[in-house]
Amino acid sequence: MAAPLGNVPDDLTPASPDKSPDASTPTSLNTPDPLDTVAPLDTVAPLNKPALLNAPASPDAPPRARAGRRWTGALHSPLGITAAVLLLAVVVLAIVAPLIWQDRADAVNSTAILQGPSSAHLVGTDLLGRDIFARVLVATRLSVGLALLATAIGVTAGLLLGTAPVLLASSTGHWIGRWVSRWISAFINIAVAFPSLLLALFFAVIFGVGARGAVLAIGFATAPGFARLTQTMAAGISSRDFIAAARVAGIGRLRILVRHVLPNIAEPLVVSATMALGSALLSFASLSFLGLGVQAPSYDWGRLLGEGLAQIYVHPAGALAAGVAVVLAAMAFNLSGEAVARAIGVRTPHTSKQTRNKRTRTNERTRTTPGLDRLPAEHPDTEDTNQPLLAVDNLRVAFPTAAGEVTPVRGVSLTMRPGEAIGIVGESGSGKSLTALAIAQLIERPGHAQADRLEFLGTDLRDDARSRGGEQLRAGGGLSASERRRMLGTSLAMVFQDPMTSLNPTHRVGRQLAEVVREHQRADRRTAWRRAVDRLAAVRIPDAERRAKQLPHEFSGGMRQRAMIGMGVMANPKLIIADEPTTALDVTVQRQVLQLLANIRAAEDVGLLFISHDVTVVGQVCDRVLVMYAGRVVEDLPTGALLHDARHPYTRALVAAVPDMTTDRDAPLAVIPGRPPDPHDLPAGCPYATRCPLATEQCRREDPPLAWYGGGRRVACWHADLAPAAVPDNRATAVPDNRTTELDHGSTAVPDDEPAASLGGER
Amino acid sequence: MRELTFEDVTVRFGSRRHGTVAVDGVNLVVPAGQVVGLVGESGSGKSTLARAAVGLAPLTAGRILLDGRPVQALKTRPLQMIFQDPYSALDPRMSIGASVAEPMPRGVDRRAEVGRLLELVGLAADRAGARPDELSGGQRQRVALARALAGRPEVIVADEITSALDVSIQGTVLNVVRELQRRMRLTMLFISHNLAVVRYVSDIVAVMRQGRIVECGPVEQVLLDPRHEYTRELLEAVPRPGAPLGN
Repeated sequence: MAAPLGNVPDDLTPASPDKSPDASTPTSLNTPDPLDTVAPLDTVAPLNKPALLNAPASPDAPPRARAGRRWTGALHSPLGITAAVLLLAVVVLAIVAPLIWQDRADAVNSTAILQGPSSAHLVGTDLLGRDIFARVLVATRLSVGLALLATAIGVTAGLLLGTAPVLLASSTGHWIGRWVSRWISAFINIAVAFPSLLLALFFAVIFGVGARGAVLAIGFATAPGFARLTQTMAAGISSRDFIAAARVAGIGRLRILVRHVLPNIAEPLVVSATMALGSALLSFASLSFLGLGVQAPSYDWGRLLGEGLAQIYVHPAGALAAGVAVVLAAMAFNLSGEAVARAIGVRTPHTSKQTRNKRTRTNERTRTTPGLDRLPAEHPDTEDTNQPLLAVDNLRVAFPTAAGEVTPVRGVSLTMRPGEAIGIVGESGSGKSLTALAIAQLIERPGHAQADRLEFLGTDLRDDARSRGGEQLRAGGGLSASERRRMLGTSLAMVFQDPMTSLNPTHRVGRQLAEVVREHQRADRRTAWRRAVDRLAAVRIPDAERRAKQLPHEFSGGMRQRAMIGMGVMANPKLIIADEPTTALDVTVQRQVLQLLANIRAAEDVGLLFISHDVTVVGQVCDRVLVMYAGRVVEDLPTGALLHDARHPYTRALVAAVPDMTTDRDAPLAVIPGRPPDPHDLPAGCPYATRCPLATEQCRREDPPLAWYGGGRRVACWHADLAPAAVPDNRATAVPDNRTTELDHGSTAVPDDEPAASLGGER
Repeated sequence: MRELTFEDVTVRFGSRRHGTVAVDGVNLVVPAGQVVGLVGESGSGKSTLARAAVGLAPLTAGRILLDGRPVQALKTRPLQMIFQDPYSALDPRMSIGASVAEPMPRGVDRRAEVGRLLELVGLAADRAGARPDELSGGQRQRVALARALAGRPEVIVADEITSALDVSIQGTVLNVVRELQRRMRLTMLFISHNLAVVRYVSDIVAVMRQGRIVECGPVEQVLLDPRHEYTRELLEAVPRPGAPLGN
C-alpha cells in the first residue's frame, strides 16, 4: 500500500511489521507495560511536566529500537490488530481473487437469473445469472487498484505543488521564484475550498466518462488538500535552523528538500495518504455507481452496487454485498492510517523527551518509594516561632509514567517569613519549577504533589487536609476547596517566564487585569478597571490609561512582563512566585523588571519566591538562596555567602561556571563534568557523587541529609567543610574576602571526620 | 585566515513603505584570526547582520567583503554559522555523523573526517551514528560546531550559541569554541546578549542598537571605559550579586 509514497524511511513504513518484533527484542525483556503499548498517545500526552526533567537518554535505548517498540505497540492494540487483519485480507483478495474466481464470476448462466442467496450462490445471481459473490471478490483488484492509482496521482501532484514554495521561494532568491510560489499558494488555497467530490465530478466530465477519467478526477481532487498539508508542514520545517545550516553549507534546494524536509514530514504524509486511499475508494465507488466511473464490461464495487440497486427490494443481499465490500476496504485503509498515526504520533520534538522518560525500568517502583521514606524530615519551623508566610515540609511531586512513578521533586522543605525574598536556583530538570508549581497548587494531573506540611498564611493547602481525621486542624486549616482557591487567587501571585503565553492574546490587557479582582473580590466593572489602570501605572507602564486598552501583542516583551507582574499585584498578594521571570528579556529590561519586583516587595511587604537558573540574578534580588539538584535542596544559604562561601561542591561549581565581568579571560571556564542523574534511575547515594571531586565511598552509598550548618544555613553534603578548598571559585577580585569568610566559618564548623549527620544536632 | 568586512550594510524587511530596517548602514571589520563580540538587545539587528553575512538574509544596500572580495561573488563561501537553538539546529532524522558530513567538500574521507571533528569538539568518534535526540543540549551544540568546522571555514558566525544552555554546559561549549578558535586561528563573529560571555570570548566588542553599531573597540577598553551612553547602560544592567538594584 505504501508503494506510491516514496521517501519514507524504511523503519517507518507501515509495511514493516515483520521488522518490528526483532527490533523490539532488547526492550521486550523489560516486559512492556500494557498501558504503554496499547495507547501510547493517551498515556503520554498529558505528561508535559516530566519533559522538564530533561532526562538524559542513555545509549541503551537506540531510537530504532524505540521506534520498533512503538510499532509493535500499535500492532498489539485492538485498533492495530483490526487494521492489520482487514488490510491483509484486502491485499490478499486483490491479488488472488481474480486468479481463483474469474471464471465463476464471468460465467453467464441463463437458467439462474436473479436468484436469491442459496448454497450455490452465496448472495445470489445478477441479471445474467452470474454469481454476485464471486464478482464482488474479483472486483477487489480493480476497485483497490484504481483507488491506489488515484491516490498516487493525488499524492504526487500534492507533493509537487506543496513543495514548490520550498524550492522556489527564499528570502534571498530571485523575485520570479517568490512570485511563482505565491501564485501556487494562492491556487492551492482556492482549490482547497472546493468539495473534492464536486471537483471529481467536474474533472470526470472534462476527462471523459470512464475509468481513466475517474482516476484522474479523483486524483486531482485529492491533490489540493494534500498540497496544503505538505506546504504547511514543509514551511514549518524550513524555518528550523538545520535547514539554514544546510543552506549556509551550500547544499542545493532540491537536496535540502529530499534530505531534510521530506523525511521530517513523511510520517504525517503517510498517515494522510493512507486515509486518502480510503476516501478515494469511496469516491470511486460513488462515481462508478453514478455511471461516471468504470464502464461495462469491466466492473468494480461501485458498478456492482449500481447494478444490484435495481433489485434491492427483491434481492437485498445482491446489492448490499458490494456495499459491504466498499465499507470494509475503506475501513481497512482508514484504520491502518489511524494505527500508523498512533504509532508515530508521539514523535514531536517535545514528546521525544517524554518517550525517553518512559523507558521501562521494572525496578523503578520498588526503588523510588523506599528512597523517599528514607529522606530526612526537616522541621525548619523550629527556628522561627512567628507564623511563617509559607511553610513547606517534605514536598514531593510525582508523575506516573509507563515505567513507574518518577519523582522530580523529592522532599523539599522551606520556610519563608513575610516579606522575605528566597531564590531557588538549579539546572533544568532540578525540579525548581515544579516546586513552585506545587506550592501554587498548579501541578496538573496525572502528576500529584504531597507534603508533610504545606501551609500558606497559616492555611493548609493540601487537598487531603480535611480527610486526615487524626490530625489536628491548624488555624484556618478547614477551608473548603473553593475558599482555598480564592485565598490563593488573591494572596498568591505567579509570574511566568513567557509573558506572551501567559496573557490571552485576544483580550485587552486592562481587562485581563481587571478580571482578577472581578473574579476574586467581586468588584464591579468600573472599580476593577480603575484598579487595573492604577496597577499598570504602578508597574511603570507609561500612559497606562491608553495602554490598558491595548492587546498584548502591542506591548514589548518587557512591558508584557511588567503587565503580568501588575496582574499579580492586583489583589494585594502576600507572596509572589516568579518562575524565571527575566530569562526571556534583555539585560536592560531584566534590570527594570528586577527593580520593579524589589520595589513592590519593599513597598507592600510581599514575600518573593524567585526561581532562576541564573545564580547572579538570584544573588541580586534575594535574601536567601536554595540550591536544588536532582529534585532536592542541596544547600540553603544567605545570598552573601553564595559567591565565595558556599559549602556544597555543586553550589560552588555552579557559581564558578558562570563567567562574570571579572573572570580571567586566559584561563578556561570551570565546568561541571558529567550530567545530572536520570530521574528514572537515581543512585542510592548522593546524586551529585558521580560529578563531585570530593566523592567518597560514603557519598556513593548514603544520600546526605540536608542538615543545619551553623548560622541558619543548611547543606546536604558529607564533606561540606572540604568544599571551599576543593572547588575554587573563579572570582579573581574576591580572593581576599573569600579567605576571611572562610576563617569566620571555620571556627563554627564541625571537625571533618565526624559524620555530617550529627550536624543535625545543631538544630 | 580572512578578514570579514561589512561595508554600509543595510537590511530591510517588507515593502519600502511599511518595511522595517533591521540593519542600518553598518560598517564593521572582523580582523583575521580575531573574535569580534557583537552585543545588543533583542531587535537590535545583530542576528540579522549575522544571517546577512552567511547569505540567509538579503542585503538591501552595502557589501560584505572577505579579504576585500565581495562574498556574493565567491563560489564557495568559507563562512559557517552556528545557531542558538540546539534543538532545532540538527536534523532529527539524520545521524550526527551524517549532519557533520553534509558541508564537507568533495573528495574527503568522510568517515575519518567526521570522527576527527567529533573528537575535536570533545565527543567520542564512535557516537557518529547517534541521533540528535540521544544528545544533551550542550552535546548538540558541539555537534553543530563540528558541522560548521566540516565546511573548512575561515570565518565562523556564532549566534547566541550558549543562551539556550544551562550554565554548567555553557562553560564546556565556550571552552571548546575559544580553544578551537585560537588553535585554528579562525575569524569569528560572536553574537550574544550576555556581556560577561562576550567579554570572555572576544578580542573586540561592537555594541549594536536599533540597527546601528554605536560603539566598537578592544574589549577591555569598551568595557572599562565605555564612551557611548547605551554601552554604559548595558554595563550597568549586568547583574552583580549583592550590588544594589537602584530604582
